[in-house]
Amino acid sequence: MADEDEIILSELSDDELVLQMHDDLYDGLKEEIEEGVNILIARGWTPYDVLTKALVAGMTIVGADFRDGILFVPEVLLAANAMKAGMFILKPLLVETGAPRMGKMVIGTVKGDIHDIGKNLVAMMMEGAGFEVLDLGINNSVEKYLEALEAEKPDILGMSALLTTTMPYMKVVIDTMKEKGLREDYIVLVGGAPLNEEFGKAIGADAYCRDAAVAVETAKQFVARKHNQLNG
Amino acid sequence: MSDALTKLLASRDWLMADGATGTNLFNMGLSSGEPPELWNIDQPDNIRTLYRGAVAAGSDIFLTNTFGGNAARLKLHNAQGRVRELNRVGVALGREIADAAGRPVIVAGSVGPTGEIFEPMGTMTHATAVEIFHEQIEGMKEGGVDVIWVETISAPEEYKAAAEACRLAGVAWCGTMSFDTAGRTMMGVTSAAMAEMVEKLPNPPVAFGANCGVGASDLMRTVLGFASTGTERPLIAKGNAGIPKYHDGHIHYDGTPELMAEYAVLARDAGVRIIGGCCGTMPEHLKAMRAALEARPKGPRPTLETISEKLGGFSSASDGTGDTSGDPKRERRGRRG
Repeated sequence: MADEDEIILSELSDDELVLQMHDDLYDGLKEEIEEGVNILIARGWTPYDVLTKALVAGMTIVGADFRDGILFVPEVLLAANAMKAGMFILKPLLVETGAPRMGKMVIGTVKGDIHDIGKNLVAMMMEGAGFEVLDLGINNSVEKYLEALEAEKPDILGMSALLTTTMPYMKVVIDTMKEKGLREDYIVLVGGAPLNEEFGKAIGADAYCRDAAVAVETAKQFVARKHNQLNG
Repeated sequence: MSDALTKLLASRDWLMADGATGTNLFNMGLSSGEPPELWNIDQPDNIRTLYRGAVAAGSDIFLTNTFGGNAARLKLHNAQGRVRELNRVGVALGREIADAAGRPVIVAGSVGPTGEIFEPMGTMTHATAVEIFHEQIEGMKEGGVDVIWVETISAPEEYKAAAEACRLAGVAWCGTMSFDTAGRTMMGVTSAAMAEMVEKLPNPPVAFGANCGVGASDLMRTVLGFASTGTERPLIAKGNAGIPKYHDGHIHYDGTPELMAEYAVLARDAGVRIIGGCCGTMPEHLKAMRAALEARPKGPRPTLETISEKLGGFSSASDGTGDTSGDPKRERRGRRG
């Protein structure tokens, strides 16, 4: 639509463009996000700055409104898709420029559970926050989780379940990790609609994360703590 | 020709539905991650015991062990070729128990979500979802189902697809959604929006309502939301028996039979015609609910204050209905066309 007050992204100042990109992420406008990312890169921004100041900051607003019950899953999925499109441009550039890394996560929905909406949101928000994420998808057996831990050596294992009938399987995975003496090598985060904090503790996870925004905050805290321990 | 549920509703003020399926089957040794529907063939006596437990506790309606019996979900276990068989037998076992009850008992064919996300966010299309549900429902018809019972739905698109499948199969149906995110469904549907959607369907359900979600208080708030739209359609409440806790290797829900009895009476007083439980609701809860519904006289429609006093607080300040002028709003820049 050729509205009179149509905004031309390339005519905006850097500050205005970044704010506009926050709005466009909020509205899930994929093409506008791609355009914005390309403009900032062309103006000489580092890929890391584009990631953190435009995309991650924008997704933080989306995450907060999701947490507060202002946005719901459909809007967040659209926003995450727009962010993914921006990330697709940035990813190779980030690798080239050796941008700092937050940490690595292996994530998957447990055996028998097909529901992966929440898990996908967590994966996308974690990527948006600068983590490297390996998504194992749905229906993961304990063997599959252990193989991925062995191969990827992540900082964090994330497990998700949406059904009463599948959530006890998280304990099966954690118990197996304990048996093999692997439990202390990883930060284990769990989530899913029927879960709660007490349940997370009872099965031996490090934390229960209520939603994707909380998962990112929790992951950052635990990774910082882990690094502090290693250093001192 | 009217269906068995409509007939029974016409003769009674309220009907009691059943409680949990998964929680009960776990207690019989189902292991986590395994599809409960396979037990319809492999452990039929356990399924009979499940159904009989609800009937013996006073349920007028029970749901079949077919919640995940659609091709999209059974595919996880390489059982997508067994949809018709698993649903037919799951219902036929129920038919056997209901017909031996000595009073009218409704066999309701449980249809749960596909687990897929609809277009444009996901890949599921309306046509595919209708086909998936239709296959499952045809299996249930072969088993002698009284009514189809669509449950735990979050997306309006999925609710509509299930409705269309029931229309194609020519069967009466009920449908409940799960309101677990700040008083709305995961996809953002409010109680008022659901009531409106239901009336716009070409084949509206016999009854509609809410199941699962976050404990009994939230579910009652959703029910009040339905009632305040002035709907004349029978309402369904199937709330969880509290919140899941982990004890000695198994899941236990913290809602007592006394709490669920209180919830059942409040639901009836709010105008709900079909009252049952969901996750964690065992036969002892159902017995207490039935006894309370029969013994206690009908009271006035409860307020939110009464509900939180008797059942506990709510999980969020608002449920997205009514006056939203006080809600937080984000300062927006100009939106582009």
